[in-house]
Amino acid sequence: MKIGLTVNTAAVEVDAPPLSRLLDVLRHELALTGTKEGCAEGECGACTVLLDGVPVCSCLVAIGQCGGRSVTTVEGLGDAAHLAPLQRCFVDHGGAQCGICTPGMLVAAEALLRQNPRPAEAEIREALAGNLCRCTGYQRIVESMRIAAELRAVGAADGSGK
Amino acid sequence: MAESRPLVGTSVPRSDGVPKVTGEARYVDDLPAMPGELFGATVRSQVPRGHLRAVRFDPAFDWSSVTRVMAADIESLADGDGRGVNTVALIVDDQPVLASSAIHHAYEPVVLLAAADRGTLARAAAAVTLDIDPLPPALDAERALAGDPVVWGEDNVQKRYLIRKGCADVEDALEDGGEGERAIDAALAACAVRVRGRYTTQHQEQLYIETQGVIAWWDVDGVHVTGSIQCPFYVHKAMVRALAIEGRRVHVSQAVTGGGFGGKEEYPSVISLHAALLSKKSGRPVRMVYDRREDIEATTKRHPSICDIESGCDADGTLRVLKMRVLMDGGAYVTLTPVVLSRGVLHAAGAYRWGDARIEGIAVATSTPPNGAFRGFGAPQTIWAIERHLDKVAAVLGRDPLDLKRQNVLVEGDSTATGQVLRTSVAGMECVEVAAAASDYHQKRQALGAQHATAAGDGSGKRVARGIGAAVFMHGAGFTGSGERYLKGKVAVDLVAGGRLRIRTASTDIGQGTETVFRQIAADAAALGIEDIDFAVPCTTTVPDSGPTVASRTVMVVGSIVERAARDLAQRVAEERHVGGGSFAEAGDRLIGRYGEVTSLLQYEPPEWVKWDDVAYKGDAYPCFGWACDVAEVEVDLDTYEVAVTAFWSATDVGKAIHPVMCKGQIEGGSLQALGWALCEDLVWKDGRIQNPRMTNYIIPTALDAPRFETLLVEAPFALGPGGGAKGIGELPMDGGAPAVAAAVEHALGVAIDSLPLSPERLLAGVQARAVAVAVAAHARGGAGA
Repeated sequence: MKIGLTVNTAAVEVDAPPLSRLLDVLRHELALTGTKEGCAEGECGACTVLLDGVPVCSCLVAIGQCGGRSVTTVEGLGDAAHLAPLQRCFVDHGGAQCGICTPGMLVAAEALLRQNPRPAEAEIREALAGNLCRCTGYQRIVESMRIAAELRAVGAADGSGK
Repeated sequence: MAESRPLVGTSVPRSDGVPKVTGEARYVDDLPAMPGELFGATVRSQVPRGHLRAVRFDPAFDWSSVTRVMAADIESLADGDGRGVNTVALIVDDQPVLASSAIHHAYEPVVLLAAADRGTLARAAAAVTLDIDPLPPALDAERALAGDPVVWGEDNVQKRYLIRKGCADVEDALEDGGEGERAIDAALAACAVRVRGRYTTQHQEQLYIETQGVIAWWDVDGVHVTGSIQCPFYVHKAMVRALAIEGRRVHVSQAVTGGGFGGKEEYPSVISLHAALLSKKSGRPVRMVYDRREDIEATTKRHPSICDIESGCDADGTLRVLKMRVLMDGGAYVTLTPVVLSRGVLHAAGAYRWGDARIEGIAVATSTPPNGAFRGFGAPQTIWAIERHLDKVAAVLGRDPLDLKRQNVLVEGDSTATGQVLRTSVAGMECVEVAAAASDYHQKRQALGAQHATAAGDGSGKRVARGIGAAVFMHGAGFTGSGERYLKGKVAVDLVAGGRLRIRTASTDIGQGTETVFRQIAADAAALGIEDIDFAVPCTTTVPDSGPTVASRTVMVVGSIVERAARDLAQRVAEERHVGGGSFAEAGDRLIGRYGEVTSLLQYEPPEWVKWDDVAYKGDAYPCFGWACDVAEVEVDLDTYEVAVTAFWSATDVGKAIHPVMCKGQIEGGSLQALGWALCEDLVWKDGRIQNPRMTNYIIPTALDAPRFETLLVEAPFALGPGGGAKGIGELPMDGGAPAVAAAVEHALGVAIDSLPLSPERLLAGVQARAVAVAVAAHARGGAGA
């Protein structure tokens, strides 16, 4: 079945059985392997993407549900030459260790900061509670997000930020 | 060179960070399919013990597109004319690559399958039937020790150790019940205060978020494996043995690895051999990536343990005599159990002075999957026991537990249970003081506690009790005893055109930051910028064997070789500049032009003074120790008995923090793994099978469960560590979290829980048992008065 959708601002058409997982379509059909599989049952959040701006586990979303909709993956947040503040802060402040949870974590973080630009620590922890990390103890992730929120606020004020 | 100098001690951006935040980093399952690639799967026994009578392949299924490998095929799947050997080489050759007749655990691999598409593969796996005559399994370590039933060797005992100090150190003490035991019993009897206890721990799953996976293929150069691997040379060794192949024809390289924590230390040998066999048979590349269920079921876990302790001390709390037995469940095969048990017994006396000690360690086989490496490597189990025990001693003496620990903590000049005299970099006392002050421990011991149960501050109306508790501990850095001397870890640093250096090492970055800290160390040693240092992909063909990425040895041991090699090359360039002038890059390029390759290949030189007796288990177990004091503050819901860790302090002596942010990240991440083990992580077993092999029901802490960590770096430099004195940090943070939380829960509830995890059920049972005991005591008093 042919399904048209927007992925990271580009219009794409995929030909896949409608019950294929969005995760598999992203990874295998579109070669967007930044989105990871950790558990295949919506527990770990490594496969988190934005679907029309809302964070979802792409292992639980059928591609048939995505027609005409917009998907944002980690690749859509910024590339190596144009790191978004969130990405920069995860590199600089210890938010990423092994990195396998990082794409999903960044996408969940992006969703929170879009909706709540200056979250309190408790709000950050709540927003990330569906994304498991086994390396960091979460402290540096929370810290990276807090600093990124400040950078985004400055960027928004002077019009330079993402 | 824009950076300030030295780089060591600063938190530079992690050098592998950008690909990880953009999605560009290629973990094994992100690597594009190779031409003709097949996907592999494993058919496992499903019964914990038995005799494999037959493997039946459903004749109705079309097997033409499926590659099948069984134990009997291994001999013919070797390299060239060689004969394959059905064993996973490690310490003892008891684990087969595939079971041929004896089934020793419920996830024993029996048949390997490969097919081009996963649908066919799943149908093929369903078309295989294993005919197994079941035998009674050993599912309990204590019964296994009694030989009920014997499932391994003559008596199930995989390894024994005996550590003897003081009066127990007599010639004939090696046999149980000998003179040494009588001597220690007599010493205990002479003590003013004697305390006994039993402390137990459960399995723990590493639960790295990236499951195990490899891709294997053969070509004219031999066999290639790339994947999620902590120790490429372990896989290399296993391939050489099982595939009867020359070492130079085995090429094992690490893909970006999504966490390991020990879980990817020895197990990758198994999955790599499976993929290599399927690839050899099919003539195609084979990818094997476990799903979460298979990963939890089949791979190694932390050894469950039972520790029995009897101790004696003076009335003033001075510790005198320790008698301890450590029993670990090794699972079906030996794998790394002897080394895990070794580290367990070597940490069993805790961070304390004992005049007389007898510590016996026993590992037994059971009919469960092999237990293996997991951060801490046996020490968290014994430190849990000794810390809980000291809390019990403090209760008997009516003392504050942390004060008792402070009174007895090892200081410079003291000797450990193996007789190691601590000469340098001994910071236990400082850690206690830093952690106690930062956490306001003593004030909170007064203000919180069982007698102050109160309503929660969140307006929810729930009744809560709060408490605070501490653990004091040390962890040996580097391989035990003579390990580094045997291992001879090597590192190469190459001069690269344009004034650059390239580090070649087998030490992998599995998230802990090896790449970044090695670059920092090399850059400082050569007075270059961090961007001038390259880090080669660890591949057994192109890097020297630096030893495995384990044992808190990467920075302290391998990092010190990196430092010497970089310094050596910089010296050669400096000499060339002295003679011929020019910049570092110009002089370096002249050397390369003259010699072709300019490399410093150096080997680790253990300190001369490290003396260890492997037979008597005496001497310098480790060149140095990392020290720490953890303090946990908890809130216990008095209706549900759920425990929330509301704050956590860790004062940790790392010698020298090469990269403070990543160093704290190690401490926080390790501490949270310890809190998970303490509170919620447990495998549920039924008839030798795991009932919760999913992330839905094997629960690890989320961001909401994690406390805010207050991490206080203490730096007592180890003169031989790199960067001005770095020691190991990888394992230490796993040791203290569980006993600190248990002490805090005891403070909150007035009930000592000596078994992990501290589940609501266990807490409720403890509270009820205490209520019964109080009632019985009251009744007895009433009866006596009547």
